[in-house]
Amino acid sequence: MQAASQYVFALVLLLATYFIYKRAKQIIFNIRLGQSYVPEGSTAGRWKNMLLMAFGQKKMFQKPLIGLMHFIIYAGFIIINIEVLEIVLDGLLGSHRIFAAPLGQFYPLVINVFEGLALGVIVVCVVFLIRRNILKVKRFTSAEMTRWPRLDANIILFVEIALMTAFLTMNASDNLLQQRSEASAHYLAVGPFWISSMLSPLLDGLSTGALLVIERFGWWFHIVGILAFAVYVTYSKHLHIFLSFPNTYFKSEEPVGRIANMPDVTREVNIMLGFASDQGEAAPEGKKFGAKDVTDLSWKNLLDAYSCTECGRCTASCPANLTGKKLSPRKIMMDTRDRAEELGEYRMVGIKDPKIEANTLLDQYISREEILACTTCNACVEACPVNINPLDIIVQLRRFSVMEESSAPGQWNAMFANLENNMAPWKFAPSDRANWIEKVNPNT
Amino acid sequence: MESIHVPIMAEEVAKGNAPEILFWVGCAGSFDERYKSVTVAFTRILHHVGIKYAVLGPEESCTGDPARRAGNDFLFQMQAISNIQLLNTYQVKKIVTACPHCFNTIKNEYPALGGKYEVMHHSTLLQQLINEGRIKLKEGGEFKGTKITYHDSCYLGRANQVYEAPRAVLKALDAELVEMKRSKAKGLCCGAGGAQMFKEAESGAKEINIERTEEALSTGAKVIAAACPFCLTMMTDGVKNKEKEASVKVLDLVEMIEKSL
Repeated sequence: MQAASQYVFALVLLLATYFIYKRAKQIIFNIRLGQSYVPEGSTAGRWKNMLLMAFGQKKMFQKPLIGLMHFIIYAGFIIINIEVLEIVLDGLLGSHRIFAAPLGQFYPLVINVFEGLALGVIVVCVVFLIRRNILKVKRFTSAEMTRWPRLDANIILFVEIALMTAFLTMNASDNLLQQRSEASAHYLAVGPFWISSMLSPLLDGLSTGALLVIERFGWWFHIVGILAFAVYVTYSKHLHIFLSFPNTYFKSEEPVGRIANMPDVTREVNIMLGFASDQGEAAPEGKKFGAKDVTDLSWKNLLDAYSCTECGRCTASCPANLTGKKLSPRKIMMDTRDRAEELGEYRMVGIKDPKIEANTLLDQYISREEILACTTCNACVEACPVNINPLDIIVQLRRFSVMEESSAPGQWNAMFANLENNMAPWKFAPSDRANWIEKVNPNT
Repeated sequence: MESIHVPIMAEEVAKGNAPEILFWVGCAGSFDERYKSVTVAFTRILHHVGIKYAVLGPEESCTGDPARRAGNDFLFQMQAISNIQLLNTYQVKKIVTACPHCFNTIKNEYPALGGKYEVMHHSTLLQQLINEGRIKLKEGGEFKGTKITYHDSCYLGRANQVYEAPRAVLKALDAELVEMKRSKAKGLCCGAGGAQMFKEAESGAKEINIERTEEALSTGAKVIAAACPFCLTMMTDGVKNKEKEASVKVLDLVEMIEKSL
């Protein structure tokens, strides 16, 4: 019986590892569909940014209460993983609470901390479910939050509650088993634990056999649930728990207001202006100006998309979105990810589906109207807790539409013409540029 | 009043002078009727404090900001590379401008194309001049005790983290500074950035400048202070739309300083 359960556990663990590995490979493949990218700035500076933003959750604490609640889930996630390590070892070795002996008197303290966090996670998840489903906080219900994104968020919160409940139930029955003579040989007297002992009276009337079933059920549900959740996360919007770290690390240290230069354009403009001679080197084959699809974006843009947890702080701060325009920076990120998924899945197995190859991020996913509504105000960039930059993608899509297709709106074409002919976005003669000087001395 | 001579870079260089700072006027500062008065006010201040400055005059041309943000990087770079050639010919080291878009572009985007200068926004220079005592504001000036709200320009604020200088300048006026709910890093755009100034807005429920003007008016401020030509236009239009132009003024920082000298 014991040996069989060890084999089953090992099999479950292997399966989960396999699924996560396979999915991780797909995600890395999808992100690598993007163009090369080298982050600017020092390694030290980028480590610091990661520590502040991802590890320290600096931006989350701009709203202190939400920041604190999010921190409880985050701390619960990281710290309870130590418990998972014990559970995995117990499962493989057929032991029970393998850390109890080496940790000695600290063991109950450690478990008590886990239980406190577990309770905290349950409370916060309930509050978050209320915010999403009853209070209907606006950023959780806007246009791009269709059925699946809303369900995805709810599934994650429900699962976290279920996992923590299983953990506490397991400990509650364990507390009682420690006192039953027929079970105490296996269930070492390391408890009772603070939080779960409050639940123990509910189970006290049960037979030892029933308690054993509940304890084992709780144990299996908790660990299989965690493994299943780990697989699920890789398909969900919840990947930020891992990807926020590389995403903040790979963010370039650059002025917020800078839009990246296009070196290919610089070369051509220098030739046109006579500042450089044409060395006969043609622009790299097949390289477009700007981006039409995810393969034209940088891999950092795609990492951004996979790091997005759809919190909607960007959209809630976007002036265009706030005034009813179609643009939503969150949708830009969700679309980029969806398109990378669609294309990557086929390319990974080497199938070239003409229909999928013909799709593009621009038009099939993101409309012209959306990218034209952006004021490049950087509010979305500022708002993102994990340094995602939707503006960079918007500008690249604009570049494609303007430079490759010449399909700028008429008024922009007029502005371009003015710039070319009059060196100003308005139609004024360059020779009149200094006329304002007459106004400096109104009486002369 | 003494007559003010506005030095033009080409003439100064021909005379063998080396102006210490270039005043980059910008297209709005040169052509926009309303914004010309900001340029004039700033020129008078530069003259007043005796800084050795010059303007490019007819040689100046658009930095290319709206072209780059609209997606036309060819046109942007045509403008940028020509401007850099000119600035480098005059060996310009230091630039001041009243336009946050010009400020951001020259400061952050010209270096990649070979244009490296020390670039200041007029609010920073004004703050310095006030701190150094080179600008002395008269006691009990026009804005003493006036309720003023400052509208952050995206390209000055979020893009370049200049939040305090404009506020310090307004405080020097002895005014009562009131903040909008969305201010500094969370400031709401006026709606003109990203080349929106040059086209109709996409369809939506509301114009962005109306949203922002309503927020500014709700503070009860009598003056909406701006530090950007586009913001000034958008907020002025917003106030007109709300039919409040008789009771609420939209002014640039430098205009207020000049009136209080």
